[in-house]
Amino acid sequence: MSEERDGGDRPRGVPPAASSGGSFEDRLSAARRKQGVAPPRQGEDGTFPTAGQSPSQGGPSGGNALGVGLRVGVELVSALVVAVAIGWFLDSWLGTRPFLLILFFLLGGAAGVANVWRLVSPPTKSPGRD
Amino acid sequence: MAAEGKAIDALGQFQLEHALGVVGRSVNFTQANLFMVIGGAIVLAILVAGARPRAVVPGRLQALAELCYEFILKMCTDQIGPEGRRYFPFVFTLFFFVLMGNLLGLLPYSFTYTSHIAVTFGLALLVIVTVTVVSVRIHGMHFFAYFFPPGAPKILAPLIIPVEVISYLSRPLSLSVRLFANMVAGHVMLKVFATFVIMMAGAGTIGVIGAAGPLALNVVLIGFELLVAFLQAYVFALLTCIYLHDAVHLH
Repeated sequence: MSEERDGGDRPRGVPPAASSGGSFEDRLSAARRKQGVAPPRQGEDGTFPTAGQSPSQGGPSGGNALGVGLRVGVELVSALVVAVAIGWFLDSWLGTRPFLLILFFLLGGAAGVANVWRLVSPPTKSPGRD
Repeated sequence: MAAEGKAIDALGQFQLEHALGVVGRSVNFTQANLFMVIGGAIVLAILVAGARPRAVVPGRLQALAELCYEFILKMCTDQIGPEGRRYFPFVFTLFFFVLMGNLLGLLPYSFTYTSHIAVTFGLALLVIVTVTVVSVRIHGMHFFAYFFPPGAPKILAPLIIPVEVISYLSRPLSLSVRLFANMVAGHVMLKVFATFVIMMAGAGTIGVIGAAGPLALNVVLIGFELLVAFLQAYVFALLTCIYLHDAVHLH
């Protein structure tokens, strides 16, 4: 009941009542608020979630051009290979030899471009919207 | 061992052979399996020996073990969120299995098991099946909304859904081919230049001087391969985390 007094103003303060809900950081900050202890200087270890978001979606490779180029190539080709395999399999199953292969070839190209777009697009929306 | 005759045998290093003599031959235990066991044993030894002192101020070995632990834990919680701790053992095992394969392969007389598409594709398949199972368990049938981004016009659904499904299914392929291609390319380059050294050194005094060129290049390449070995294991684990993030937070 004392927790309601302390954490009632923030939605983050509610989970400690359930003791298992919320991450360790949430519970730690709630406990710190309760005790009136100032948190350690932030950014020293990069343990704050905002510090780690820059390498999240944009460049998992070390930022070298060769790695990025290889990734783009692999993404393009792998989507195409998977799509052609699906088209080939469906064709031999349904007996429509060339048509589904052609259709899935085009779709695979589109999927490859979508993969590359997902790779190079700025990571503005993805971490925030959840 | 490569430059017998005139041909450059750059791919022979990837051939599977039986290890451990008669025992290995009878149970089909190859040197790839052997190095998988060695890699796992090394990681286990570092963790067990590092965790043993339980010092407040860690020694060198304990610092190494803690560094390994915290590195992956940070990757999990940064990429997936607070729920990422649940998937920490999976990502940790995956990362160190791949890293050990890449790093052990750089030692002489060793074998790079991550240079086989069967191994990397098996790992990637494991990742994608895990991600799908996690997503279905958390979201149930709502999982299939993953293939249609919110806010897209409904009329485009027949076009978007196949493209998204293909894109989803292409993930294990791109994940495995990236690791496999990097490892094979690096080792082939090393082998080719090493063969140049031997060939030139066999061509008399001028050849010995000329052999310094490819030898120096190989020294540089080994450093580069060390970077690639770590980077590819990191990318593999990071992409697993990103896929898990997508599975946990569906749109």
